[in-house]
Amino acid sequence: MQRYALNASLLVLALIIIGLSQAGAIDLYVQSVIMFMAINVIMSSSLNLVNGNMGEFSCGHGGFMCVGAYVGSLISMLLFTNSKLFGAALLPPATAIFLFPVVLLGAGIVAALAGIIVAVPSFKTRGDYLAIITLAVNYIVISAIQNLDVIGGPRGLTGMRPAISAMGDVINLPWMMIWVLIGCFGSVFLIRRYISSTYGKGVNAVCQDEIAAEIMSVDTNRIKLVTFMVSSGLAGVAGALYAHVVGYLNPGSFDILKSTEAMVMVYLGGMGSLSGSVISAVVFTLLLEALRPLQIYKWVIVPLILILLMQFRPEGIMGNKELSDLFPRLRKYFTFK
Amino acid sequence: MEFVFQNILNALQWGSFYALIALGYTLVYGVLLLINFAHGDIFMVGAYIAYFVATLLLGTMGLGPTATLVLAVPLTMILTSCVGVTLERVAYRPLRRKGAHRLYVVITALMCGLMLENGNLALLGASRKYFPELMEKTVYTFAGLSVTNLKVVVIITAFVAFAVLHFIVTRTKIGMAMRGISWDKFAIPLMGIPVDSIIVFTFVLGSGMAGLAGLLFAMAYPVLEPYMGALIGWKAFIAAVVGGIGDIRGAFLGGFLLAFLEIGVAAVFPSTLRDLIAFTVLLLIMWRKPTGIFGVAKHQKI
Repeated sequence: MQRYALNASLLVLALIIIGLSQAGAIDLYVQSVIMFMAINVIMSSSLNLVNGNMGEFSCGHGGFMCVGAYVGSLISMLLFTNSKLFGAALLPPATAIFLFPVVLLGAGIVAALAGIIVAVPSFKTRGDYLAIITLAVNYIVISAIQNLDVIGGPRGLTGMRPAISAMGDVINLPWMMIWVLIGCFGSVFLIRRYISSTYGKGVNAVCQDEIAAEIMSVDTNRIKLVTFMVSSGLAGVAGALYAHVVGYLNPGSFDILKSTEAMVMVYLGGMGSLSGSVISAVVFTLLLEALRPLQIYKWVIVPLILILLMQFRPEGIMGNKELSDLFPRLRKYFTFK
Repeated sequence: MEFVFQNILNALQWGSFYALIALGYTLVYGVLLLINFAHGDIFMVGAYIAYFVATLLLGTMGLGPTATLVLAVPLTMILTSCVGVTLERVAYRPLRRKGAHRLYVVITALMCGLMLENGNLALLGASRKYFPELMEKTVYTFAGLSVTNLKVVVIITAFVAFAVLHFIVTRTKIGMAMRGISWDKFAIPLMGIPVDSIIVFTFVLGSGMAGLAGLLFAMAYPVLEPYMGALIGWKAFIAAVVGGIGDIRGAFLGGFLLAFLEIGVAAVFPSTLRDLIAFTVLLLIMWRKPTGIFGVAKHQKI
């Protein structure tokens, strides 16, 4: 019973959120904040896999999110909606309820393939040179999409929302919230299983000492390839969810600032701590929303808070520990590693 | 043919800005192994400082444009250096003392950059500032080529600045100390070299270059806005790494390389493809030479 306590409590939490949204007890603004929070959790925990656990410095995560957002939107427009781009829907829109995971999976797979562009140079180089490659990839992705006039180019892309409203026509539930929560919990679950698998051990070995890991028969290239692909693939899933929440895509919104946000969340939570990156994503999203009334001063105060945090706690909120290291009693209920 | 030469001149001017900013990145990186992501915004602050200095000297002091320019160059460089050194003292040094992980310092630098940008926006408002003209614009024409005197000044200044910097790093005692720190930061303090002063001096040099670049940029493109440093800063950083970060020759070369790529692409292809093709070429260079053009692969002892 105790083993399932955390999973059960998360499920209950998700059901409560969905129930409240259904009953109209929380308004649309709060709902959207919760959805962005969940998307940020996916972003920060997936980047944490590369930046925290593997000890690389990837600063182009927004690019993969962009790939996922566009691919997810295009799949959903192709399958479920009558759009100018693809003409009539391939499937009856009602099937979106069962087939929406296809959209997320497709986005994830294509983004993971885009991750190979970064993974291949990482076989030979580490550290700041790799950081540049990720940065350049981010620019390349944004620039490529801006030059594709078919999907809107710099004007942006709209038309993926009807897929969500079609689900609502069949059964009246807050579908977007449901998918976002499924995506968020699924991603965190996947990352946790990945870190605790043999691959995850290999990731930690690569972080500690690559040469030693190589000597101890860890296939470092394969580890790097898979880790980058998992990380960027999940960023793609986050992007697809984001696209359907917002309903409008613009390549400019996935630039370096987006990547910076993801990086900030990772280092705020503490490198290599999954619970840290989840907590920091929640805190960071709340912080941004709480400071919204300050308008322009928001982006002065937020960096200031982060700088001060770094001064007084340079290892982030959790500092490379999981919740179970801080509160050992939690281990009775849940195995974190 | 004229078209080609005209574009080469444009690329030289554009490359001068990139090179001057990339030098600052490389100096700080070489000594501290820190990517100072606030550097692009220091360049922006430099341009604004140049604007205030120039308007002050022209307006209230009533100096002539030439005298203003002569005074504005050192003043801008000194004041911008103060900004860089302040950042180092307030944000980076405490973290270095605590022995925080390198990447936390990088995040701090990113945040400092955001603060500078948005603090500027909050303080001065979103209205654009127009830089006063400090040089009579004269156009020289040789054989169909038109060159403004400003372009010549920018290009010559960049080369002179590089030569001075190269002299300081390779021929002076303080430069030797800088190279020493980047070689082995544990042995250098044992030799009686004040590491902190050397680091401050590095920031002075780098930020001074950024201030000079800001002044020249404001003279060439006289419209200032708070986000002008962000993109050019990122690109200069990429240029510095492609040249081989930590090596000032590499930074200088990388800046011009990126500028030639960008201008070349814009001259041949539609200009929307500029970033795409330029960065793809840089990516290919990085794939071939993972440590940049002048970069030396660090030997790892096992």
